[in-house]
Amino acid sequence: MLFELSNLLPLAPEPFLLAASCAILVIDLFLSQENRFYTYGLSLLTLVATIALILASGGEKAVLLHGAFVRDAMGDLLKVALLSVAIFAFLYSRTYLKQRQLFRGEFYVLSMLALLGMMVMISAGGFLSLYLGLELLALSLYALVAFDRKSDRGAEAAMKYFVLGAIASGMLLYGISMIYGATGMLDFAGVAQSVASGETDRMVLLFGLVFVVIGIAFKFGAVPFHMWAPDVYHGAPVVVVAFLGSAPKIAAFAMAMRILVEGLGGLGLGWQGWEGMFAILAVLSLAVGNIVAIAQTNIKRMLAYSTISHVGFIMLGLLSGNGDGYSAAMFYAITYALTAVAGFGLLTILSRQGVEAENLHDLKGLNERSPWLAGMMLLVMFSMAGVPPLVGFFAKLFILDALVKAGMVWLAVVAVIFSVIGAFYYLRVVKLVYFDKPLTPVPVEGGLDARIAISVNGLALLWYGLFPASLLTACKLAIGA
Amino acid sequence: MSADWPILSTVIWLPILGGLLVLFSGEKAPGVARWLALAVAVLTFLLSLPLWTGFDTSTAVMQFQEKLPWIERFQVHYHLGVDGISMPLILLTTFITILVVIAGWKVIQYKPNQYMAAFLIMEGVMVGVFSALDAMLFYVFWEAMLIPMFIIIGIWGGPNRVYATIKFFLYTFLGSVLMLVALVYLYFKTGSMSILDFHAARLNLTEQILIFLAFLAAFAVKVPMWPVHTWLPDAHVEAPTGGSVILAAIMLKIGGYGFLRFSLPITPDASSHLDWLIIAMSLIAVVYIGFVALVQQDMKKLIAYSSIAHMGFVTLGFFIAFTIFARPDVETGVVLGLQGGMVQMVSHGFISAAMFLCVGVLYDRMHSRQIADYGGVVNTMPWFAAFMVFFAMANAGLPGTSGFVGEFMVILASFRADFWYAFLAATTLIIGAAYTLWMVKRVVFGAVANERVAALSDIDGREALVLGSLALAVLVLGIWPEPLVQVMDTSLTHLAQQIAVSKL
Repeated sequence: MLFELSNLLPLAPEPFLLAASCAILVIDLFLSQENRFYTYGLSLLTLVATIALILASGGEKAVLLHGAFVRDAMGDLLKVALLSVAIFAFLYSRTYLKQRQLFRGEFYVLSMLALLGMMVMISAGGFLSLYLGLELLALSLYALVAFDRKSDRGAEAAMKYFVLGAIASGMLLYGISMIYGATGMLDFAGVAQSVASGETDRMVLLFGLVFVVIGIAFKFGAVPFHMWAPDVYHGAPVVVVAFLGSAPKIAAFAMAMRILVEGLGGLGLGWQGWEGMFAILAVLSLAVGNIVAIAQTNIKRMLAYSTISHVGFIMLGLLSGNGDGYSAAMFYAITYALTAVAGFGLLTILSRQGVEAENLHDLKGLNERSPWLAGMMLLVMFSMAGVPPLVGFFAKLFILDALVKAGMVWLAVVAVIFSVIGAFYYLRVVKLVYFDKPLTPVPVEGGLDARIAISVNGLALLWYGLFPASLLTACKLAIGA
Repeated sequence: MSADWPILSTVIWLPILGGLLVLFSGEKAPGVARWLALAVAVLTFLLSLPLWTGFDTSTAVMQFQEKLPWIERFQVHYHLGVDGISMPLILLTTFITILVVIAGWKVIQYKPNQYMAAFLIMEGVMVGVFSALDAMLFYVFWEAMLIPMFIIIGIWGGPNRVYATIKFFLYTFLGSVLMLVALVYLYFKTGSMSILDFHAARLNLTEQILIFLAFLAAFAVKVPMWPVHTWLPDAHVEAPTGGSVILAAIMLKIGGYGFLRFSLPITPDASSHLDWLIIAMSLIAVVYIGFVALVQQDMKKLIAYSSIAHMGFVTLGFFIAFTIFARPDVETGVVLGLQGGMVQMVSHGFISAAMFLCVGVLYDRMHSRQIADYGGVVNTMPWFAAFMVFFAMANAGLPGTSGFVGEFMVILASFRADFWYAFLAATTLIIGAAYTLWMVKRVVFGAVANERVAALSDIDGREALVLGSLALAVLVLGIWPEPLVQVMDTSLTHLAQQIAVSKL
């Protein structure tokens, strides 16, 4: 029997999340603004329950729904990471949204739908389900970026994001159609089989590959497909950026793994294939991201360019291939999401009623106003700069190791040199926080939930820096290296 | 020999955890932070003493070893251990930290809890650098060291501190990431992260040279060697006194230690090929930087340049070995050079710390480091003048002080290598005396220069304690260096044998 319930158990988390999101959407309609807290609580509860469901229903690798849906160890780990990062983003949001009269259920529902889209992407077994997840994610994000209706900049950012995102989706679809044309298959296993048989038209396949890589690069925000990132980060409310700047990187990693490694991994073109394209994208991202970030005065834009440079590292891991490279890239994507959500979370906490903490000078003298939050900012910045004993260092180390193993020492040298350049603007933030006098003596507000979340989040960066073995082993097991 | 309790881990983690405790003691109770910091520092020093008393000088094998798996997938272990090279440097670290805590007692009024905590954490991390036997552990400690120092200079430093501290960080960071690539490459070649396995790795000449240069980028910046020394005068001038002391007394030594632990044993053939480069850089540091020191107007800058010149001796002592090997008529001298370099490192740790503390004493009273603002200090601060003159003599290498021992050993060893090396190195006896004593003459002696000098009060008991204990150390090491040399002897002889064997 195909639709026996026990067969569908591995599928449980996604429908659960969907059902819960719809339920919360309806419940929210009947809540008065004073009781909005319940929406927030229920959303958090849903995420926790989804994680529990993933952990409970995990097990053997399962391929369901005629190959459209894959449940495997890599997917489970990525989903748990995704949802954990989203929990942090939710915890940071409450006070900020309340202060701006934006505390509405739509934020949580849209975010959860985006999460659902990402989970579908992570578990996609074929191009169609992947595309379905991608569009669900993208549409939710467009709406979230414009979430503050009164903000012109938000609307502008959403518009840009929408237009560019639509073009990228078009590119991706075009690529998919070519690959479908060459192989006659839509599921990745089938594509891999067809590629391995060697009977496909390689020219068409290669054209398809180029377009698909463009689509992936856009999702990652890799140079030269990065132009949306700074504007969107700048324009969107910072709580939305906390979500959009962190979790989707994990999904983009999954997308690259599913399409390029599982689907087209057997192409065997090496530098002529996607590995070569990734090398160019990665070096450009490292260069442009790190250098342009130096010139930014808006911290959201700065972090956008910083994201671009980190994406370069993830791509380096992916292109160095073999199990080590993939697990290193996975480690990087997960820990980067964790670091990024902490960084934006701090900005959320620092924003007060009517004052957005979004320029670098808003961070001045934070150590005087709140030594604890200053310490957390220190951890985030040094982690992004890749200084031990924080987790960002190990993420970079594993990538370097994979590169050296793959015989690409020169790429490793390029990567470290750009990371030194990058260290400058992270140091500048630490400098503002610790060495400068505050512009205002007002103590930092921020709700208790956000404060606890940032403490856990910041210390997690330190914890995984001191004990990276557990997460690395999990990544290696997930990749099967 | 191993103790029944993990001494090294204790000496690393006690100050780090103690530092966190001090940090959380809050700003409202500065007294608590200070006393707690002092207690932690003293306790750490006492606990590090068994490293000396329990040390077995007859073997070059690592002692007090501790090994736990850390990142098993990567063959990275939490592996600690000391030999005769690292043990004295660990004691130096724990000793100097006490003095730094005492020296910052009254001066630091802005967030004393953060200040003390930064130095304690720094102490633990530096001990970690000296005792790590796993390359990754070493690297983690090595980089982690930058964070507290960055903060120390940036918060409690002088007017131009932000420039100085960012320059300091980026210079050292650039050097170290290249070392990281080299370490990853060695891991790839050997399949292990253990430094001792790296020592045994066979590498061809091209690999060795590239690895050597990557290490050089890291260690030369740290030492610092000419021409990558420019961060040091800036950092020293802007750093608070305690920061300067730690920087000069210990962080510079980490660069020298890196040469002994990494460059020489891992890439002996490349070291032999490129020893001319190091020797040239060292001699330029000794002679040219000596002249640069002569013209300085700022006392701290002068001492900073003098540090660079003195560290030139260290690297010279380490790298003349290959010239001596190449001369069939000379048989001894290699170990002497290595020993001289090591003694010079320890001695410079005491003397430079003392010199910076002396300047600190003056700065706390007058808030000026300019030589021109002083004159005739001896009339108002006789005790202080006595100390300052003594340390200046030691800095100039007066026999009977520790400054003489190391320099003399290195010069003696370089005679075995080449007369001209020795000649150039020996000019330091003149230049060093010139810049140090001239400064002392202008600051300490002469008539009282102005009414601010006339109003100076002599050092109090706290300052006398700090300077007195350093004076004692300088004197003991100068008159009776034998115990120190004894401790290092076996390890350095072993190292000399290691580098004599080609890996090709």
